[in-house]
Amino acid sequence: MLLGRIVGNVVSTIHHSIVEGRKLLLAERLDQHGRPTGGYVIAFDAIGAGQGETVLILDEGNGARQILDDSNAPVRSIVVGIVDAVELETN
Amino acid sequence: MLLGRVIGTVVPAVLVDELSATPLLWVQPLTRDGKPEGDPLVCADGTRMAGPGQIIYWVASREAALALDPWFVPVDDAIVGLVDDVRLYMPKELR
Repeated sequence: MLLGRIVGNVVSTIHHSIVEGRKLLLAERLDQHGRPTGGYVIAFDAIGAGQGETVLILDEGNGARQILDDSNAPVRSIVVGIVDAVELETN
Repeated sequence: MLLGRVIGTVVPAVLVDELSATPLLWVQPLTRDGKPEGDPLVCADGTRMAGPGQIIYWVASREAALALDPWFVPVDDAIVGLVDDVRLYMPKELR
């Protein structure tokens, strides 16, 4: 799974039927310190994540399809959690 | 899924039967700011509505074939939808 921060959303009217009625979130990827890595991902939303929130993103197709309950959904990334804190062991 | 811009079409002379009715498009992957990033790739168009110049989002690997109908096809990148707008939230310090 990936750590990300919701920085926007993607608006689309012509799309695959699985996108109908769902929100596409644009999340920048974060490293373990919460800094952007430069990468991003367009993800579905399973929990109602919103603007600026640090989230946990599942980036694997079978798990994503299981959450959406559709075995033929062309979906790989889905937001599955909102992160309160990341604790790192300090040396 | 990632953003991309359609930069051309691919017209195959010979293609596996399952893909013969599927449009194949050249896609340049984009950053979230719309800048080109990485090498262009060929995407099957699951929407059948994309054309050169269009901003799209695409999915790779096993999920790509699922964007198509029929879905049991040899495809590893596919367009899932066309982008109308990418709305980036304003950071707190700029509000």
